[in-house]
Amino acid sequence: MAEDFMDESMLEIFLFETEQNIEQLENIVLISEKANTYSEESIREIFRIMHTIKGSAAMMMLNNLSTLAHRMEDLFYFLREAKPHNVDYSALSDLILDGIDFIKSELEKLQTGGKADGDAAALNDKIQNFLAQLKEENAAAVESAASKEVSPVAEKKIIQSRQKDDGLSGFEAIIHFEDGCEMENIRAFSVIHNLQEKKLAQEIYYEPEDLLDSDASIETIRKNGFKVIVYTDKSFEEMQQFFLDTLFLQELEFRRLETAENTESSEEKAKAAGIETAERDKQQSAPKEQEKYATGATAAQSMISVHVAKLDKLMDLVGELVIAEAMVTQNPDLAGLELPSFQQAARQLHKITNEIQETVMSVRMVPLTTTFLKMQRIVRDMGKKLNKEVKLQLIGEETEVDKNVIEHLSDPLMHLIRNAIDHGIETAEERVQKGKPVAGTIILEAKHAGSFVLVIVKDDGRGLDKDKILQKARRQDLLTKPEAEYTDKEIYSLIFLPGFSTNEKVTEYSGRGVGMDVVVKNLEAIGGTVFVDSQKDQGTVFTLKIPLTLSIIEGMNINVGKARFTIPVTSIRESVRLAKNKLVKDPDGNEMIMVRGECYPIIRLHEFYALPTEVTDLAEGIFVMVEHDDKRLCLFADEILGQQEVVVKSLPNYLQKHHKIRGIGGCTLLGDGSISLILDIGGFMQN
Amino acid sequence: MNELEQQNMAEQEDTLKGKYLTFYIEDDCYAIAIKYVTEIIGVQPITEVPELPEYIRGIINLRGKIIPIMDVRLRFKKPFLEYTDRTCVIIVEMNDIDMGLVVDRVAEVLYIPDEDIAPPPEISKGHNRYIQGIGKVGEDVKLILDCNKILTDDEIEQLAQL
Repeated sequence: MAEDFMDESMLEIFLFETEQNIEQLENIVLISEKANTYSEESIREIFRIMHTIKGSAAMMMLNNLSTLAHRMEDLFYFLREAKPHNVDYSALSDLILDGIDFIKSELEKLQTGGKADGDAAALNDKIQNFLAQLKEENAAAVESAASKEVSPVAEKKIIQSRQKDDGLSGFEAIIHFEDGCEMENIRAFSVIHNLQEKKLAQEIYYEPEDLLDSDASIETIRKNGFKVIVYTDKSFEEMQQFFLDTLFLQELEFRRLETAENTESSEEKAKAAGIETAERDKQQSAPKEQEKYATGATAAQSMISVHVAKLDKLMDLVGELVIAEAMVTQNPDLAGLELPSFQQAARQLHKITNEIQETVMSVRMVPLTTTFLKMQRIVRDMGKKLNKEVKLQLIGEETEVDKNVIEHLSDPLMHLIRNAIDHGIETAEERVQKGKPVAGTIILEAKHAGSFVLVIVKDDGRGLDKDKILQKARRQDLLTKPEAEYTDKEIYSLIFLPGFSTNEKVTEYSGRGVGMDVVVKNLEAIGGTVFVDSQKDQGTVFTLKIPLTLSIIEGMNINVGKARFTIPVTSIRESVRLAKNKLVKDPDGNEMIMVRGECYPIIRLHEFYALPTEVTDLAEGIFVMVEHDDKRLCLFADEILGQQEVVVKSLPNYLQKHHKIRGIGGCTLLGDGSISLILDIGGFMQN
Repeated sequence: MNELEQQNMAEQEDTLKGKYLTFYIEDDCYAIAIKYVTEIIGVQPITEVPELPEYIRGIINLRGKIIPIMDVRLRFKKPFLEYTDRTCVIIVEMNDIDMGLVVDRVAEVLYIPDEDIAPPPEISKGHNRYIQGIGKVGEDVKLILDCNKILTDDEIEQLAQL
């Protein structure tokens, strides 16, 4: 049983990591495809990703995935080493994307608890064929690459056969790593990598050759050290310093490769000096390492992934901390005591707890980048399939929203983008006729607007066809008033109604009848809304308005008797006191308040919830005017306690299942640990 | 984490089997299967929630978790008794529902083997319908509560009120 558990959590990590890798891979491919070439760096990166996937898939016993990754790795190994010139990059991209899709679908199966049983044999063959073809076409390049690969025997020849007059001097370094530092091959590889990165050497040869591909290399390095030969225009000292900076360095033998003669003595010297400096370096290595980690860390290394459950737990703990703090600093035992130094310490504590709370909340916020980048793929695939040239422009993708919100955003966005490409963007000929650029543009933009985030999907296509929409709505019987009374915006909004889909024929991508109402539903689930605007032949703009976060809202605390309530500030219009002669009563006894010439119904919270309070005179309490779906009413409460950011907690399951309470959407903890109920304004409107 | 907890639960199932937490309401001794019990706490300030049946006293904040509180006395239609420092809240969890049960006092944990548990008498009046069985421990009798019914058995009550 213990093993089962291990397996499952490992699977989770595997899924997460592989998903991230795949996403990154997809991006590289898409960028490379656009540039119609694969830079050396991206080839290396793809190789690395495939290598990782291969390894972890093999560990999870997912043979189909690991074989596929292996094939791709082979392919990119060839690309990396041989640097062939004749490459059909578009076919290559297709091939990788196919592979990505396969891996994705397998991951999905695993995620839903199934088995990864897909068969990638056809794909494997395709990759192999591609590789074989590539090898054939670039036979010459392969040869040169082969000759570049140096075996220990060949090494001597290099030294001898090298021309003396190219201005480069040769150095040989033998690196011995500290005992027990592990992964010697990777450390050695990073040395080579650094050399290339910093462009320190014009030519690099090293031994053992198969650093990353075989574990035997580890043994060799442990026994004989890691041998690097470089040809460079840098000075002896510069190169020596570089090698001395190697992490976990135990001993460095460093010498100049003199062309043939007079080497012995200088070599000895260098060796002696090298050891000396190595010793010295060792003493300094601790701070140096830190420095390296601090400065040399790439974006990927400075991120760690954390399970959301842990964050939730942390958030709860911080909540408790705040309460505990209040219990200490406002302890009744302290009442009446003069404690200046205690007060000072308490203020400090308060400051820190506040900061912790803010930080924890900010941790849950993630940028929209990944969600947006996912759309790149959709645009590419659909553009290819439908033979439309479409550019996707991203603006403000670094905007951050709560993790929960992001999960709900992906589907609606995908839907909108598909629609835009399928229905919005015209064919190339049509566009030329209209005098537009051949390539259509879709702009995906995110920006903050108060406590909301606006996500805008804008295309420069043909725009929505008002007549068609009306006609269709008439046929589906969706119209609720005479056609002439509909404003343009109202007509466009018809497309959000369930059962509405304008495209006559069903395509692979859209027009299945489940239309925009899916978008609306998805957004409603996270408290968001969607608007549409359009101009004929200019394009269509969809604006999604979504709350920044589900778990933290700005709330106004009010009290009624002893009970406390929190109203989301976003639904408050204003708060007013009753002025004379402004109270209106209709014949049924319903009370209304007149504010600037308009009448709003009053709900007395103390009556609504039958709460005992001393404030029953409307002139004594306060009215909070709230709005929901363009409808307004005034809630009557005793007083306003103040405004603060609150963490929304759902009501206990028991209450949700067995006793639904009108007008209450959740609860929250106030600073002193007491519970306040969050009012759901929509719930009041239904009554 | 959840898997681990579940697995622990499964492992504990055996050791918890047959063990009951007993508590008193007035002079009656009740027992509740210990596998449902998460913890026992003293009475905390309870936040009242409107529109709930009388026996749901409100909600409390237990280390950041919001838990509804049910007064078992009121649930059994007994008169309300002011809470004292002997009053205990037993936090139970069942089918994803957390609930705090207010009882007069908690007694002890007992082992009652299945063979010592008799089915409840065939009278369906009063609060007998919450009783799952009657456990015999020496000369004493413990009323074993059906946790599930206490937490979810509302429909009958609501019908009765009509």
